[in-house]
Amino acid sequence: MFSCREASQRMSRALDEPLTLIERVSLRAHLMMCDGCRNFSRRLTVLRTLARRSSETHPDGRQ
Amino acid sequence: MTQPADLPAESSLDIAKLFEEHRRDLQRYAQQHLRDADLAEDAVQETFVAALRHPNFAGRSEVRTWLVAILKHKIVDIVRRRARIESVETSVPGAEEHEDLSELLFNPAGRWIEPPSDWGMPEQALQSKQLWAVFEECRRRMPQQQALVFSMREVMEMSTGEICEVLEITASNCHTTLYRARLRLQDCMNRNGFGGIRK
Repeated sequence: MFSCREASQRMSRALDEPLTLIERVSLRAHLMMCDGCRNFSRRLTVLRTLARRSSETHPDGRQ
Repeated sequence: MTQPADLPAESSLDIAKLFEEHRRDLQRYAQQHLRDADLAEDAVQETFVAALRHPNFAGRSEVRTWLVAILKHKIVDIVRRRARIESVETSVPGAEEHEDLSELLFNPAGRWIEPPSDWGMPEQALQSKQLWAVFEECRRRMPQQQALVFSMREVMEMSTGEICEVLEITASNCHTTLYRARLRLQDCMNRNGFGGIRK
Protein backbone atom coordinates (compact mmCIF):
# COMPACT_ATOMS: atom_id res chain seq x y z
CA MET A 1 0.00 0.00 0.00
CA PHE A 2 1.56 3.28 -0.91
CA SER A 3 1.24 6.64 0.77
CA CYS A 4 -0.80 9.71 -0.20
CA ARG A 5 2.45 11.42 -1.02
CA GLU A 6 3.37 8.74 -3.53
CA ALA A 7 -0.18 8.65 -4.82
CA SER A 8 -0.12 12.42 -5.42
CA GLN A 9 3.17 12.14 -7.30
CA ARG A 10 1.72 9.42 -9.44
CA MET A 11 -1.45 11.42 -10.16
CA SER A 12 0.68 14.31 -11.31
CA ARG A 13 2.80 12.07 -13.54
CA ALA A 14 -0.34 10.52 -15.00
CA LEU A 15 -1.12 13.93 -16.52
CA ASP A 16 2.13 13.83 -18.45
CA GLU A 17 2.69 10.24 -19.49
CA PRO A 18 0.75 6.98 -19.49
CA LEU A 19 1.07 4.92 -16.33
CA THR A 20 1.73 1.19 -16.46
CA LEU A 21 -1.17 -1.14 -15.74
CA ILE A 22 0.15 -1.95 -12.29
CA GLU A 23 0.64 1.73 -11.49
CA ARG A 24 -2.91 2.50 -12.60
CA VAL A 25 -4.50 -0.33 -10.68
CA SER A 26 -2.72 0.40 -7.42
CA LEU A 27 -3.48 4.11 -7.78
CA ARG A 28 -7.15 3.39 -8.37
CA ALA A 29 -7.23 1.17 -5.29
CA HIS A 30 -5.71 3.97 -3.23
CA LEU A 31 -8.19 6.52 -4.58
CA MET A 32 -11.11 4.29 -3.70
CA MET A 33 -10.06 4.47 -0.09
CA CYS A 34 -8.81 8.02 0.18
CA ASP A 35 -11.07 11.10 -0.09
CA GLY A 36 -8.15 13.52 0.19
CA CYS A 37 -6.35 12.02 -2.79
CA ARG A 38 -9.56 11.89 -4.82
CA ASN A 39 -10.04 15.59 -4.18
CA PHE A 40 -6.41 16.26 -5.04
CA SER A 41 -6.91 14.45 -8.32
CA ARG A 42 -9.87 16.72 -9.12
CA ARG A 43 -7.86 19.77 -8.20
CA LEU A 44 -5.19 18.75 -10.69
CA THR A 45 -7.86 18.64 -13.37
CA VAL A 46 -9.06 22.10 -12.34
CA LEU A 47 -5.53 23.49 -12.60
CA ARG A 48 -5.17 22.05 -16.08
CA THR A 49 -8.49 23.55 -17.17
CA LEU A 50 -7.54 26.95 -15.78
CA ALA A 51 -4.09 26.91 -17.36
CA ARG A 52 -5.43 25.95 -20.78
CA ARG A 53 -8.15 28.56 -20.69
CA SER A 54 -5.77 31.23 -19.47
CA SER A 55 -4.18 31.44 -22.90
CA GLU A 56 -7.57 31.99 -24.53
CA THR A 57 -9.33 34.11 -21.97
CA HIS A 58 -7.96 37.06 -20.12
CA PRO A 59 -7.92 37.05 -16.36
CA ASP A 60 -10.52 39.81 -16.45
CA GLY A 61 -12.86 37.59 -18.42
CA ARG A 62 -12.47 39.45 -21.72
CA GLN A 63 -12.09 37.22 -24.76
CA MET B 1 14.77 35.10 -46.96
CA THR B 2 11.28 35.71 -48.33
CA GLN B 3 10.43 39.37 -48.52
CA PRO B 4 6.93 40.62 -47.86
CA ALA B 5 7.51 43.03 -50.76
CA ASP B 6 5.02 41.33 -53.05
CA LEU B 7 2.17 42.35 -50.81
CA PRO B 8 0.05 45.16 -52.23
CA ALA B 9 0.41 48.51 -50.47
CA GLU B 10 -3.08 48.68 -49.00
CA SER B 11 -2.79 45.25 -47.42
CA SER B 12 0.23 46.31 -45.43
CA LEU B 13 -2.09 48.77 -43.71
CA ASP B 14 -4.42 45.93 -42.89
CA ILE B 15 -1.53 43.98 -41.55
CA ALA B 16 -0.45 46.83 -39.33
CA LYS B 17 -3.99 47.03 -38.00
CA LEU B 18 -4.12 43.30 -37.49
CA PHE B 19 -0.88 43.30 -35.56
CA GLU B 20 -2.05 46.17 -33.43
CA GLU B 21 -5.18 44.21 -32.54
CA HIS B 22 -3.18 41.23 -31.36
CA ARG B 23 -0.10 42.92 -29.99
CA ARG B 24 -1.33 43.33 -26.42
CA ASP B 25 -2.67 39.79 -26.23
CA LEU B 26 0.57 38.35 -27.51
CA GLN B 27 2.63 40.55 -25.23
CA ARG B 28 0.61 39.39 -22.27
CA TYR B 29 0.91 35.76 -23.31
CA ALA B 30 4.66 36.05 -23.73
CA GLN B 31 5.03 37.85 -20.44
CA GLN B 32 3.22 35.08 -18.57
CA HIS B 33 5.88 32.69 -19.72
CA LEU B 34 8.96 34.86 -19.74
CA ARG B 35 8.18 37.20 -16.83
CA ASP B 36 10.19 39.91 -18.44
CA ALA B 37 8.65 42.74 -20.39
CA ASP B 38 11.65 43.27 -22.67
CA LEU B 39 12.02 39.61 -23.54
CA ALA B 40 8.27 39.37 -24.11
CA GLU B 41 8.46 42.32 -26.50
CA ASP B 42 11.32 40.64 -28.35
CA ALA B 43 9.25 37.49 -28.69
CA VAL B 44 6.26 39.40 -30.07
CA GLN B 45 8.41 41.35 -32.47
CA GLU B 46 10.06 38.19 -33.75
CA THR B 47 6.61 36.70 -34.16
CA PHE B 48 5.49 39.59 -36.36
CA VAL B 49 8.65 39.37 -38.42
CA ALA B 50 8.04 35.66 -38.96
CA ALA B 51 4.37 36.32 -39.78
CA LEU B 52 5.29 38.96 -42.35
CA ARG B 53 7.57 36.55 -44.11
CA HIS B 54 4.70 34.22 -44.62
CA PRO B 55 3.18 35.21 -47.96
CA ASN B 56 -0.47 34.31 -47.47
CA PHE B 57 -1.05 34.75 -43.79
CA ALA B 58 -3.61 37.54 -44.17
CA GLY B 59 -6.04 35.03 -45.65
CA ARG B 60 -5.94 32.82 -42.61
CA SER B 61 -9.14 32.71 -40.66
CA GLU B 62 -7.61 31.94 -37.31
CA VAL B 63 -4.96 34.63 -37.32
CA ARG B 64 -4.68 34.79 -33.57
CA THR B 65 -4.25 31.03 -33.19
CA TRP B 66 -1.61 31.11 -35.86
CA LEU B 67 0.24 34.04 -34.30
CA VAL B 68 0.16 32.32 -30.90
CA ALA B 69 1.60 29.18 -32.49
CA ILE B 70 4.52 31.20 -33.87
CA LEU B 71 4.90 33.03 -30.58
CA LYS B 72 5.23 29.71 -28.73
CA HIS B 73 8.22 28.82 -30.85
CA LYS B 74 9.76 32.22 -30.23
CA ILE B 75 9.23 31.86 -26.48
CA VAL B 76 10.84 28.43 -26.54
CA ASP B 77 13.82 29.86 -28.43
CA ILE B 78 14.22 32.58 -25.84
CA VAL B 79 13.79 30.16 -22.95
CA ARG B 80 16.37 27.86 -24.46
CA ARG B 81 18.88 30.69 -24.77
CA ARG B 82 18.16 31.87 -21.26
CA ALA B 83 18.28 28.37 -19.72
CA ARG B 84 21.87 28.01 -20.86
CA ILE B 85 22.88 31.22 -19.12
CA GLU B 86 20.92 30.55 -15.94
CA SER B 87 22.03 26.99 -15.37
CA VAL B 88 25.49 28.42 -14.88
CA GLU B 89 24.45 31.36 -12.73
CA THR B 90 21.79 30.04 -10.39
CA SER B 91 22.93 26.71 -9.06
CA VAL B 92 22.63 27.85 -5.45
CA PRO B 93 22.98 24.85 -3.13
CA GLY B 94 19.93 24.31 -0.92
CA ALA B 95 17.63 26.49 -3.03
CA GLU B 96 15.82 23.39 -4.26
CA GLU B 97 14.46 22.44 -0.83
CA HIS B 98 12.43 25.63 -0.51
CA GLU B 99 10.75 24.83 -3.75
CA ASP B 100 9.30 21.58 -2.46
CA LEU B 101 6.18 21.98 -0.38
CA SER B 102 5.61 18.29 0.18
CA GLU B 103 7.45 18.33 3.52
CA LEU B 104 4.81 20.73 4.78
CA LEU B 105 1.79 19.00 3.29
CA PHE B 106 2.54 15.39 4.25
CA ASN B 107 3.49 13.85 7.57
CA PRO B 108 6.55 11.58 7.80
CA ALA B 109 4.35 8.56 7.01
CA GLY B 110 3.34 10.27 3.76
CA ARG B 111 -0.26 11.05 4.73
CA TRP B 112 -1.90 14.41 4.05
CA ILE B 113 -1.60 16.61 7.12
CA GLU B 114 -4.71 18.41 5.93
CA PRO B 115 -6.45 16.27 3.32
CA PRO B 116 -7.54 18.31 0.29
CA SER B 117 -11.19 19.29 0.22
CA ASP B 118 -13.38 19.12 -2.84
CA TRP B 119 -13.22 22.37 -4.82
CA GLY B 120 -15.80 21.43 -7.34
CA MET B 121 -15.83 23.75 -10.31
CA PRO B 122 -19.08 24.82 -11.84
CA GLU B 123 -18.71 26.45 -15.23
CA GLN B 124 -19.77 29.86 -13.90
CA ALA B 125 -16.79 29.87 -11.52
CA LEU B 126 -14.63 30.25 -14.63
CA GLN B 127 -16.31 33.59 -15.31
CA SER B 128 -15.22 34.87 -11.92
CA LYS B 129 -12.64 37.66 -12.12
CA GLN B 130 -11.51 36.83 -8.64
CA LEU B 131 -10.76 33.24 -9.57
CA TRP B 132 -8.54 34.34 -12.43
CA ALA B 133 -6.87 36.95 -10.26
CA VAL B 134 -6.02 34.30 -7.65
CA PHE B 135 -4.80 31.91 -10.31
CA GLU B 136 -2.55 34.53 -11.91
CA GLU B 137 -1.23 35.68 -8.55
CA CYS B 138 -0.43 32.11 -7.50
CA ARG B 139 1.38 31.55 -10.77
CA ARG B 140 3.41 34.68 -10.17
CA ARG B 141 4.42 33.45 -6.73
CA MET B 142 5.77 30.16 -8.00
CA PRO B 143 9.53 29.66 -8.21
CA GLN B 144 10.67 30.62 -11.69
CA GLN B 145 11.61 27.16 -12.94
CA GLN B 146 8.37 25.63 -11.68
CA ALA B 147 6.29 28.37 -13.28
CA LEU B 148 8.10 27.96 -16.55
CA VAL B 149 7.83 24.18 -16.74
CA PHE B 150 4.19 24.36 -15.67
CA SER B 151 3.28 26.86 -18.35
CA MET B 152 5.22 25.01 -21.03
CA ARG B 153 3.32 21.86 -20.15
CA GLU B 154 -0.15 23.20 -19.36
CA VAL B 155 -0.45 26.41 -21.35
CA MET B 156 1.75 25.73 -24.34
CA GLU B 157 0.80 22.06 -24.16
CA MET B 158 4.28 20.80 -24.87
CA SER B 159 5.07 17.17 -24.04
CA THR B 160 7.44 16.46 -21.17
CA GLY B 161 9.84 15.08 -23.78
CA GLU B 162 9.90 18.43 -25.58
CA ILE B 163 10.31 20.31 -22.31
CA CYS B 164 13.26 18.13 -21.27
CA GLU B 165 14.88 18.78 -24.60
CA VAL B 166 14.43 22.55 -24.51
CA LEU B 167 15.53 22.98 -20.90
CA GLU B 168 18.14 20.23 -21.07
CA ILE B 169 16.81 18.48 -17.96
CA THR B 170 16.09 14.81 -17.28
CA ALA B 171 12.60 13.31 -17.51
CA SER B 172 12.54 12.63 -13.78
CA ASN B 173 13.58 16.22 -13.05
CA CYS B 174 10.77 17.38 -15.30
CA HIS B 175 8.14 15.23 -13.53
CA THR B 176 9.39 16.35 -10.12
CA THR B 177 9.24 20.00 -11.14
CA LEU B 178 5.73 19.62 -12.51
CA TYR B 179 4.64 17.82 -9.35
CA ARG B 180 6.05 20.55 -7.13
CA ALA B 181 4.47 23.21 -9.31
CA ARG B 182 1.03 21.61 -9.12
CA LEU B 183 1.29 20.92 -5.42
CA ARG B 184 2.23 24.52 -4.78
CA LEU B 185 -0.35 26.00 -7.11
CA GLN B 186 -3.27 24.06 -5.65
CA ASP B 187 -2.09 24.88 -2.15
CA CYS B 188 -1.81 28.58 -2.97
CA MET B 189 -5.26 28.66 -4.56
CA ASN B 190 -6.73 26.83 -1.63
CA ARG B 191 -5.23 29.27 0.86
CA ASN B 192 -6.53 32.15 -1.13
CA GLY B 193 -10.11 31.10 -0.84
CA PHE B 194 -10.71 29.14 -3.98
CA GLY B 195 -13.67 27.48 -2.26
CA GLY B 196 -15.11 30.90 -1.45
CA ILE B 197 -14.92 32.01 -5.06
CA ARG B 198 -17.54 29.50 -6.14
CA LYS B 199 -20.88 31.18 -6.54
